[in-house]
Amino acid sequence: MIKARGLARRFAARGRSVHAVDGIDIDVEEGELVGFLGPNGAGKTTTLRMLTTLLRPTQGEATVAGHDLLLDPAGVRRRIGYVAQGGATAPECPVADELELQGRLYGLSKNEARERGKTLVEQLDLGGLDRRPAGTLSGGQRRRLDIALGLIHRPGLVFFDEPTTGLDPQSRANLWEHIRRLRTEQDLTMFLTTHYLEEADSLCDRILVIDGGRIVAEGSPDALKAQVSGDGVVIGVEPQETTPTAEIVGVLDGASEVTVTGDLVRFRVPRGDLAMPELLRALDKAGIAMRSMQVHRPTLDDVFLSLTGRSLRDAEAKRATPGKEVAHVA
Amino acid sequence: MLRDTWLIFGRELRFSLRNPTWIVIQIMQPVLYLVLFGPLMEGIVASTPGFPPGDVWTIFTPALIVMIGFFGTAFVGFGLLADHRNGVFERLRVTPASRVALLLGKVGNNVLQAIVQAALLVGLAMLFFGLRAPLAGVLLSLLIAALLAATMASASYALALSLKSEHAFPALLNALLLPLLLLSGILLPITTGLAPDWLYALSRINPFSHIVEAERAAFRGDFTMDSLLTGSIVLLALAALTVFWGTRKFRRDDA
Repeated sequence: MIKARGLARRFAARGRSVHAVDGIDIDVEEGELVGFLGPNGAGKTTTLRMLTTLLRPTQGEATVAGHDLLLDPAGVRRRIGYVAQGGATAPECPVADELELQGRLYGLSKNEARERGKTLVEQLDLGGLDRRPAGTLSGGQRRRLDIALGLIHRPGLVFFDEPTTGLDPQSRANLWEHIRRLRTEQDLTMFLTTHYLEEADSLCDRILVIDGGRIVAEGSPDALKAQVSGDGVVIGVEPQETTPTAEIVGVLDGASEVTVTGDLVRFRVPRGDLAMPELLRALDKAGIAMRSMQVHRPTLDDVFLSLTGRSLRDAEAKRATPGKEVAHVA
Repeated sequence: MLRDTWLIFGRELRFSLRNPTWIVIQIMQPVLYLVLFGPLMEGIVASTPGFPPGDVWTIFTPALIVMIGFFGTAFVGFGLLADHRNGVFERLRVTPASRVALLLGKVGNNVLQAIVQAALLVGLAMLFFGLRAPLAGVLLSLLIAALLAATMASASYALALSLKSEHAFPALLNALLLPLLLLSGILLPITTGLAPDWLYALSRINPFSHIVEAERAAFRGDFTMDSLLTGSIVLLALAALTVFWGTRKFRRDDA
């Protein structure tokens, strides 16, 4: 459904050229749900805008839904649906009118567009809201309307840009359900960007991890997590005892990546549950009192950390650096 | 593309009709000029030499029609910036609809509104102020208003897309519009008899002053080449240029 080679986009920012996307390859098979995971500013939206004909790549080539992105963008547009990040409706426009116009712009007749609109309104739990202006819908409802607009012409391939950003946890879970159901009911191939680990983890068959405009890893959520060796352990001790604690941890069987931050000592170990008793005994013998302990299975955040050397959440927090993506989305 | 243009035109028209207050506010400005400023001109025109031929209403009403096309339409780019902000513009650009149709549908609605407002204004002037103008002249003046509205709307959309800022757009627009308005002789005609030479010369450079003059000639029923030619050529050229500018902006890949 998608085959991209060496796709790149440069922006001129304050006289110098910035690579927002730096030559990436993407392959998505029919029926797959692929997630594009990375911090804000990593190039996700830029890539998506290129694949949906909204932005011309400065380099590379791609075939999307059977049409060449550069030679036949109109062909691509006919076959894809796009659910943008910031919404896509005029607040004063009634739900049914937006759907009808959208359908007709894709070449449906007035009646076809209305029928299809009604079906989607029902499928996405928007029944009874047809005449309401889009601006009066709740955040979750509006996102579902955006999705209905993206599906009006029965596309085979749908792009979602950060589909649940700005939603509360309940609406988010609800939207995931809808996305899963639509996918099976309508036989869709889906490509979504997200910076939520949980979203990528629970929704996607396969994940492309992007950072700094390059794809740094690719695989199913489980396969990616398996790349990270073992469980993460965090133990808390008195600040003056972190150094001896780290030494004790260091000689533990199979322990790796030992780091100290504040009064916390972190490390990885193949089986956290089995390593704990031994560690407790060793600390006891050295007279060190453990104040807290945490063992967690590897998460996608650990994957991101081991790939890029920083946590996805940190990358998020540091995003203040004036950016590639920020410049053109505005 | 015609079908797409028609669809977008329909959407824009429904939006306008849904907000009748906005239409009333828009028409109020020229109507207020007509009612509260026009009568003042009556005595001035009668007692001052140097005005173009015709009575006060055949001088002033056409100027207000230009104002409708000019000012009433100049700020339509705001609507596009709103579309841009709430994602509608991008959503429409991912559909196979012609991107030129996205522009022309909007411009069509602006033109229709300008024509309706201008017709309304002429009706008021005829009913309450005894304006007399030949039918052909009035129709021609409406055509001029339509072309002017198409010009200003296209330019406004193109400018809005270039700036993409809801702060910079009105600031720049105001800076451009006021001198253009004053130098077009809308309120007081800038003639050799009334204006100092340098001011007259400046007004000749302003394309809109020629359009105002053509509009006035149409109202007098003066259809000679001499009075209409410059204004028509200027207007057609401006319309062609701005529509071209607008379509280029809308077609751009990263608009």
